Amino acid sequence: MAQTVVVGDEHAHGEQGLHEPKSFLTRYIWSQDHKVIAIQYSITAIAVGLIALVLSWLMRMQIGFPSSLAFIDQDRYLQFVTMHGMIMVIYLLTALFLGGFGNYLIPLMIGARDMVFPYVNMLSYWTYLLSVLVLVASFFVPGGPTGAGWTLYPPQAILPGTPGQEWGIILMLVSLVIFVAAFTMGGLNYVTTVLQARTRGMTMMRLPLTVWSIFTSTILGLLAFPALFVSGVMMLLDRVLTTSFFMPTVVSMGQQLDHAGGSPLLFQHLFWFFGHPEVYIVALPAFGVVSDLISTHARKNIFGYRMMVWAILAIGVLSFIVWAHHMYVSGMNPYFGFFFATTTLIIAVPTAIKVYNWVLTLWEGDIHLTVPMLFALAFILTFVAGGMSGLFLGNVVVDVPLSDTYFVVAHFHMVMGVAPVLAVFGGMYHWYPKVTGRLLNDTLGKIHFWVTFLGTYAIYFPMHYLGFVGMPRRYYDLSGISAIPHSAQTLNAFITVVALVVGAAQALFLLNLVWSAFRGKPAGSNPWRATTLEWQTPETPPGHGNWGPRQPIVYRWAYDYSVPGAPEDFLPQNHPPERSGVSGAGADVRHGGH
Amino acid sequence: MAVAIVLAALVLVSVLFSVLSPWWFTPLASNWGMIDKTLFITFIITGIVFAAVSLFMAYAVFRFRHRDGAKAAYEPESKRLEIWLTGVTSVGIAAMLAPGLIVWDDYVTVPSEASVVEVVGQQWNWTFRLPGADGVLGTVDARRIGSDNPFGLNPDDPKGQDDVLVNANELRLPVGHPVKVVLRSIDVLHDFFVPQIRAKMDLVPGMVTYFWFTPEKVGTYEILCAELCGAGHSAMRGTVTVVEEAEYQPWLRGLPTFAQSQAGNGPGRRRDLAQDAGAPR
Repeated sequence: MAQTVVVGDEHAHGEQGLHEPKSFLTRYIWSQDHKVIAIQYSITAIAVGLIALVLSWLMRMQIGFPSSLAFIDQDRYLQFVTMHGMIMVIYLLTALFLGGFGNYLIPLMIGARDMVFPYVNMLSYWTYLLSVLVLVASFFVPGGPTGAGWTLYPPQAILPGTPGQEWGIILMLVSLVIFVAAFTMGGLNYVTTVLQARTRGMTMMRLPLTVWSIFTSTILGLLAFPALFVSGVMMLLDRVLTTSFFMPTVVSMGQQLDHAGGSPLLFQHLFWFFGHPEVYIVALPAFGVVSDLISTHARKNIFGYRMMVWAILAIGVLSFIVWAHHMYVSGMNPYFGFFFATTTLIIAVPTAIKVYNWVLTLWEGDIHLTVPMLFALAFILTFVAGGMSGLFLGNVVVDVPLSDTYFVVAHFHMVMGVAPVLAVFGGMYHWYPKVTGRLLNDTLGKIHFWVTFLGTYAIYFPMHYLGFVGMPRRYYDLSGISAIPHSAQTLNAFITVVALVVGAAQALFLLNLVWSAFRGKPAGSNPWRATTLEWQTPETPPGHGNWGPRQPIVYRWAYDYSVPGAPEDFLPQNHPPERSGVSGAGADVRHGGH
Repeated sequence: MAVAIVLAALVLVSVLFSVLSPWWFTPLASNWGMIDKTLFITFIITGIVFAAVSLFMAYAVFRFRHRDGAKAAYEPESKRLEIWLTGVTSVGIAAMLAPGLIVWDDYVTVPSEASVVEVVGQQWNWTFRLPGADGVLGTVDARRIGSDNPFGLNPDDPKGQDDVLVNANELRLPVGHPVKVVLRSIDVLHDFFVPQIRAKMDLVPGMVTYFWFTPEKVGTYEILCAELCGAGHSAMRGTVTVVEEAEYQPWLRGLPTFAQSQAGNGPGRRRDLAQDAGAPR
């Protein structure tokens, strides 16, 4: 009976035959399987992220203990700052959330056999790897990598006086352009797959929030990355062919240059038209992952699912009209400030709704303090702290004294650095059993959690106050600033020590990842007793094609936890209503207030 | 249990840190007390929200921690609660935004009595230009910049002849008089930032930017560059010295005009005081 009605199954079978792995090479290297590509993306992103971690140690050493490491001169310091920032934002977080989590989870969570364009998906990874290699190559060229700051503002980025002006900036721009191509291939795949390949019964309003958020964040990427692409190409032309897209008449080091008529502000608008949605490109997936972690581990439906979906979409749309809040003191027409401050503070409303709904999900829950849940709770606290400091920076006049100080550094690290990374960790502890069939070690996980959570809070919470003091960011040498009390140096030293410890604690996580893959406790197919489809696969780890002979059919939303009358405290999405006697719930079921 | 305690303790420590730590704003030396007030309103509102959300979470974790046999409630949504929370949030947001926009209106509206000072940035030092007796800055062109004309002034513009050039890292300002600062860079982005003044603005090559403030306290304040401008960024410092009017005039008279610097008197060379006697001040 059922085999005749499974939509898309026949097609998927045909396609499955086309890219079924036939050898080690096609299984693990040139694989078109979304799960293998996800792991390739994740490992590459984590590897390059480790470089960025070491860079952060080095720059913190210079800030906390100036000149203690003789090889860190002012050029190297700026190069470390730049590469740390760019790697963390683009090559780690974007790649890990979309290429890693997105690739692994989208097909499994929507009941598909794979992405709709498996070959393009494979190309996306290899193109991404190429962009990473070009980026890393810049460490080995004459002059080293660019030290222009991750924002790469011209004219400084391509003029003498900035380290890496010879080759580093060229490789950086080329790498970014390649990355955008890689992302576009992957991104088109994720969006199309969500729209086209959902299994029968999986309506949009039954999607887990992880899928909603990755879907929305990918759309943001597809619309925002082109701005980075064109600004990268134009700056390359300015640098290599002496065009003047971003270059006005300038006198560099006493030399009149040939540029004329370009606009440095144009670059900033293009960069932030990409750059602000980029914040949400890494934040939205974290929102989605955390929503699902909280619901699963509190054994309770996510509170206000429909509101959560609308909030994700509202944030996505609004994220495109707030970019110039990064430019309040850039010299753009100051009257823009009224508009962008208003839009920026409005975006706080849907964001606040998400936070309320997370904590309301905990209310009357049955909270299991598993490691993924701990990370989700840590995410909320960190995100709220960082989000609150965003309200200072978004409110144009309050931003004036704080912009370009350590307040900004503290804010964005909390809100788009640490918080998403905490969600990544939570997600990895949560889904690792599906990927490997084994649980990560709980004790190592808890040590890793406490050091990471408390450590990052100890780093970034007090850092806000250095911004109040007026400590400017991107300073190689902070000594002798009369407005800054000497005690600030003590705080900087403290932050550096904590940063070293937190960084070192990540070794525990890596150790856990490797050790548990071989020696971890066998997980079974659904160790967290979760409702979503990825936990209902016939095999764990899921085989090629994910679902064996038949794709699942979905009967309910993703959050049927603790449904009254149900024998267990969860009803999988593919659990048919007639068998349980409990009619499927869904977002359409409404209860009274509290 | 331990988790709930730690979450609550973090809130407590954060509040104590805010109250007790020695790191807060450096004392204000300009008219921008309203910026500090708006910031303080934001600080209080966001602090309350942070504490409320975090403590609620800590309490929920404590009260609804897993116990054998416990089952979670089933409650997909509550329209009333969601609308109520959205409303309260919107009010809080408006309470921060409204004063912010009002003060921003002051920030972008330069008082008509403000005198003009030009700040010119280059890697990695600050120079300044004052409009001279006519109160108007002469026109400039980046193409004219050279060792004999570091500001790029147009020698044919009569308004530029009396412009006073400060080819050093120190600017003096008379106390209590509003200043419109116009900013120009000859190479890369810079940012004129004096923590005690609060106001700041980028210097952008190819265009002129501005902001204004009134120095209200006599003293010496450090100018920091707050926009990454290359290897020497952290060393690009200068000084604003706010002085009484009586001290300001002699300093001003000691500086060369553009015409004098072009006449072979190098910048920095003292003007003949007698020559300046007719200048209305």
